[in-house]
Amino acid sequence: MKNPDRIGPPPQRDVQPSDQSDAGRASRRVFLASAGAGVVGLVAAGVASAESLADVPPRQLGAPLSARSERSEFVQLGRIPESTPGKRNVDPMDAINSKTPLQDLYGVITPSDLHYERSHSGIPSLDPALHRILLHGMSHKQLVLTVDDLKSMPSVSRIAFLECSGNGWENWKHADPGLTAQDLYGMVSTHEWTGVPLSYLVSLVGKSADSTWMLAEGGDASGMARSIPLTDEILSEAIVAYAQNGEPLRPAHGYPVRLLIPGFEGNMSVKWLRRLKFGDKPFMTRWETARYTSVMPDGRARQFHLRQDVNSLITSPSGMMAIKPGYHRISGLAWSGHGSIVKVEVSVDGGLHWRDAQLNTPVLPKAQARFQADWDWDGTPTKIVSRSTDEKGHVQPTRDALIGALGTNAVFHFNAQQTWSVDAQGAVRNVLA
Amino acid sequence: MRKEPFAMFSRNRCLIALAWLALATSAAVAHDFGRTATAEEIRLWDIDVRPDGAGLPQGSGTVARGRQLFNMTCFACHGENGVGGIRDRLVGGIGSLASENPVRTVGSYWPYATTLFDYIRRAMPYFAPGSLSDDDTYALSAYILALNGIVAADAQLDRTSLLKLKMPNRDGFFTDPEFAALKWPQ
Ligand code: HEC
Repeated sequence: MKNPDRIGPPPQRDVQPSDQSDAGRASRRVFLASAGAGVVGLVAAGVASAESLADVPPRQLGAPLSARSERSEFVQLGRIPESTPGKRNVDPMDAINSKTPLQDLYGVITPSDLHYERSHSGIPSLDPALHRILLHGMSHKQLVLTVDDLKSMPSVSRIAFLECSGNGWENWKHADPGLTAQDLYGMVSTHEWTGVPLSYLVSLVGKSADSTWMLAEGGDASGMARSIPLTDEILSEAIVAYAQNGEPLRPAHGYPVRLLIPGFEGNMSVKWLRRLKFGDKPFMTRWETARYTSVMPDGRARQFHLRQDVNSLITSPSGMMAIKPGYHRISGLAWSGHGSIVKVEVSVDGGLHWRDAQLNTPVLPKAQARFQADWDWDGTPTKIVSRSTDEKGHVQPTRDALIGALGTNAVFHFNAQQTWSVDAQGAVRNVLA
Repeated sequence: MRKEPFAMFSRNRCLIALAWLALATSAAVAHDFGRTATAEEIRLWDIDVRPDGAGLPQGSGTVARGRQLFNMTCFACHGENGVGGIRDRLVGGIGSLASENPVRTVGSYWPYATTLFDYIRRAMPYFAPGSLSDDDTYALSAYILALNGIVAADAQLDRTSLLKLKMPNRDGFFTDPEFAALKWPQ
């Protein structure tokens, strides 16, 4: 095992923006060698070969201005459609979700077109002029609202992560060494969401005090529906959203209206929302009985495990990348459905020694946080891993602890520490611990 | 309580919002948005069926009729007898939940027969959801339950008989501690 004393000292110098971009450029070159199975996000062949400033191409008149900004021809970013654990890059017709390229993104806000996607019967095309939202059940009023009605109500915006409860499901039983961060954890994203506070609609219809659960139903083919527990927390934080990152929702993310419940499993944030029904018990839809429940080792199933627990992973360097000895800036994402991340620790010796990573500000509750740490790799094979802690004191468990509590058949709510091994050649691979 | 910051809205809306913030009552704003839903239109959309039978319609269907329908409209995806299709397996797996590879089906896993009726009527067949009559939904539910040995091969299912069924895994679930204090179906 590697001597931890030989690891580079914790960052002495404060990281300045220019410093970050220098590091970014350096690592870009290093990662050129990365031959990921998935999408390789950074193409910088021109940079790598421009050894003298004289070799840098001269300035040229650029392309005309346009109605929309497209990505650079040197950047390729894409999600990966998946049909079941272990079956990725499938025909989109067979896909049930599509994963965000975490290792290719910066900061914490996911671009709108790259937010992960999950649906149960395809993406409907809903005309907002014909869309209606019915609010009924145990309430004083039974109301039909239009999308324009919602847009003329007081609005809130909030930056929050969404995560599929199946995120990380690849690593319950074994670790496929060929997987990237995207393959493993691409079902989490962070957006700014805008819409009407659920509490406003609840007041509008005069929900009965006895109503403790609410059915949220989509206008997709399957009529995807979930029972939402109306706790004080959910009532005060849930949003009936019509915008993402400043633009109207995109069809894949629920256009024209969706529910958004920060901190809870993604399937509760019902897309293409068309009905909210107030009741006094859970409705026991297929998606909270047959699916999104977790089988424990004794065969019994945990139901309504709704909160997304404290989580993190190193996104750079990460699975299928190749690194060289020398300086690296470890970077990653941490998040918790319990609130804000207060600490992320990284270990570059497989969990023997830990030190605090730097958290980029602002760190927002129930949003992803970006962490980074310096690392001088001496070329010895090792393992790197991160572990996060949230404001309620939850610490991200080791895989052994998680499996010890839940077994390996739970399918959902995998939040164990992610370990990447680095071999003598600098190949970074997914391993269990 | 309500402390969300509000970004932009007109003066009237602002006053309304302030009234709402101050009073936190529905009356202050209710007249302003939307319209009252009529009973008939609510019936069109109010499709959920709950474990206590709420929402379960009149009508009935036999296993035999269900088999006929299944072989016409379901078997292409779910396979003959609900096994071996290209989509979800609907039959078998009883006794497998504590094994290395649990097989979760209507028979081995689903806690409520009402959920089966609800799901088939709302979501199946995959390409034409909402196209099944209540009678046909009872028949298909009866057939899938018969394939799983939960009702007899000559059974007929209606509201009363479906509600009497106890699914094999009915007691196989426990509630996450965080939400156990909220109300539950018995
Ligand atoms: C075109 C393919 C297709 C056809 C035809 C089809 N289904 Fe399905 N069925 C699916 C898919 C796909 C799912 C899973 C959907 C999901 O996971 O969201 C499913 C799920 C189900 C489930 C839930 C399984 C579980 O354990 O969660 C039942 C029950 C079901 N179908 C019944 C039927 C019945 C009854 C019919 C005929 C009326 C039918 N299906 C026709 C594709 C089909």
